Amino acid sequence: MPEKEINNSPELTPGHRTCAGCPAPVIVRAVLESSDDPVVVAAATGCLEVTTTIYPQTSWNVPFIHSAFENAAATIAGVETAFQVLKNKKEKIKLEQGEGVFEKQFGFDLANKINFIVFGGDGGTYDIGLQSLSGALERGHNFLYVCYDNQGYMNTGGQRSSASPKGADTSTTPPGKFSTGKTQFRKNLMEIVAAHDIPYAAQASPHNLADLRSKAKKAFSIRGPKFINVLSPCPTVWKFPPGQSSEIAKLAVQTRFWPIYEIENHRLKLNWEPPEFTPVEEFLKTQKRFSHLFKTDQGKKEIQKIQQKIDLEWEKLKQ
Amino acid sequence: MLAQTGAQAAAEAMRQIDPDVVPVYPITPQTPIVESFSKIVADGLVNSEMIHVESEHSAMSAAVGAQAAGARAVTASSSAGLALMFEVLGVASGMRLPILMNIANRALSSPINIHCDHSDSMGVRDSGWIQIYSENAQEVYDHNFLALKLAEKVSLPAMVMQDGFITSHSLENLEILTDEQVKQFIGRYKPQYPLLNIEKPVTMGAIQLPDYFFETKRQQIQAMSQAREQYDAVAQELSKLTGRSYPKIETHNLENAQAIIVVLNSTAGTALAAMRKLKNEFREKVGLIKIRLFLPFPQEEFREIIKKAVGENLKTIAVLDRAVSLGSDAPIAKEIKNALFDLSNKPQVYSYIFGLGGREIFEKDIKKVYLDLISKKTDHQVKYIGLRQ
Ligand SMILES: Cc1ncc(C[n+]2csc(CCOP(=O)(O)OP(=O)(O)O)c2C)c(N)n1
Repeated sequence: MPEKEINNSPELTPGHRTCAGCPAPVIVRAVLESSDDPVVVAAATGCLEVTTTIYPQTSWNVPFIHSAFENAAATIAGVETAFQVLKNKKEKIKLEQGEGVFEKQFGFDLANKINFIVFGGDGGTYDIGLQSLSGALERGHNFLYVCYDNQGYMNTGGQRSSASPKGADTSTTPPGKFSTGKTQFRKNLMEIVAAHDIPYAAQASPHNLADLRSKAKKAFSIRGPKFINVLSPCPTVWKFPPGQSSEIAKLAVQTRFWPIYEIENHRLKLNWEPPEFTPVEEFLKTQKRFSHLFKTDQGKKEIQKIQQKIDLEWEKLKQ
Repeated sequence: MLAQTGAQAAAEAMRQIDPDVVPVYPITPQTPIVESFSKIVADGLVNSEMIHVESEHSAMSAAVGAQAAGARAVTASSSAGLALMFEVLGVASGMRLPILMNIANRALSSPINIHCDHSDSMGVRDSGWIQIYSENAQEVYDHNFLALKLAEKVSLPAMVMQDGFITSHSLENLEILTDEQVKQFIGRYKPQYPLLNIEKPVTMGAIQLPDYFFETKRQQIQAMSQAREQYDAVAQELSKLTGRSYPKIETHNLENAQAIIVVLNSTAGTALAAMRKLKNEFREKVGLIKIRLFLPFPQEEFREIIKKAVGENLKTIAVLDRAVSLGSDAPIAKEIKNALFDLSNKPQVYSYIFGLGGREIFEKDIKKVYLDLISKKTDHQVKYIGLRQ
């Protein structure tokens, strides 16, 4: 889609306050414009929420609710359940009392179909919101959860999350004499989500919006809980020039650091396989959050471990 | 007439309210409320949809989502469950969502204890929720309708308290309204800005910086004042249906009282029984105040009642709290001292703590408080009823 058209997205309007180069609004628009039906959005506390809803302004031209950091999935569960109940009421009232009576009694009309969508950062999804996400997936609510994964708590200045990659310099895992950055590997959220036996889960990247849109479209066509994890390179905290977000996302996919795939009814399908091997270094060296790794032997060993893990994960995905 | 426990009374009221969405999580002693309601749903007696969430945090979050969507949401909790909801209680009131919640009061950890005290609901008293306390199952039942109607009038959430086990698990005879009467009384919920109205998209829960936040809080303060003002009209309307009355502050025997006890929830019943059993010569000198509407606290009414009583004979007030505010005065005592501060002719206010973690309180304990007050065998040291020294 041409850039002009994207910027004029009627659902999320321009004028929000995300940093230059932040892919989160692009991800949101790609998802929202893939819905043929009206949408209701819930967001977790985080960069997206604070930059798009500074009172008395809002960038959201669709119904939007933010409650807290860890409860976006529980919030949408309430909204979605309310919709089902009111829909039944509307039908009943229509049968018993005729057309237009519900509207009069409740003061508004109810759409026949609504797509319920959550946007949460990785902190609000992998960490503090994992419990409410798990609950909502298990109960089988009809909604799509989209995690824009910028691999850290960016809204609060870039602290580590369980989605931060090994070796990353975050504000709570700074490198130093005794540290090479974050010691642990990323949490494998996709496996956790898939273990809930939901009908659709996918990973996507903002450098390939066509892929993200088709995933969102597919998700909207399926009833039940759906999950899409989208990488969201953060120029401010990952430290790279704002113009390079898309390029870096592409490198993440090319180096298999962020494979794009979908799991539909238990079957995993890789959506794109890099034709040749590109070492993860190519991705790591584009961001200052990894620059310390290249400066010491210890750091270089960490890069090896990161590569080994990527190879292992890739093999697992291919099986 | 139905023989029901306090928990069943709450569930029966919920059946008649027929709320759209009921997100719940079990915790003793609240659990029989949601179990009874689950059976009501299973039997198809309501249109409600329950959400069996994975925590109380999510129960309140789903209630917020449902109410914001444009539906009626009702839930219930106790103790640790209410504590876990703390963050979202403020979200509900800040978003001005009239959610209804039944509370079976229970002590807060640690030590863990499943029995009654009021540290849970007193611990959330700054959360922007209307709080109504109930002496018995009948009041639990009646207060549900009262709280819901008041909440929806002023767009604030409301909780109805009952004593865990003491009320929640004891059978009482209950007078029930007809379903039609309840339906008429509560009316249809017409949401102001439903999220589900896709024709008019709203943004709820926006971030407010120092330039707006203060005004929003001020509006909440005003809504609480409105709740205080509109309470009587709602209570009177309910009275017409039930024949029972629901004063914010219920008074007994204040005419000639030299000493009165202030208390809420089930112990008000114990105190009344104790008072009635006093010898005539003492009984003439004592009175009782039961607080029904604790939040918004009816300061002026309370002040007026006391002013009048002081004009007659009143010398001392004993405030019985079933909660402590560690490091400060107990919650109700503090509220009452605050309310009386501006009176030029003040009675003495003494603070008594009782019943923490379910420690029983008997008529004889209350009698002793009365006799101590009358014989002036007390002082401004906080007293502990039923505590081993
Ligand atoms: C219960 C709670 N704990 C902590 C915070 C502080 N906080 C707000 S946003 C945030 C980080 C958000 O990180 P993430 O979910 O990754 O989203 P991002 O800001 O990166 O978009 C934190 C720690 C909070 N608002 N609520």
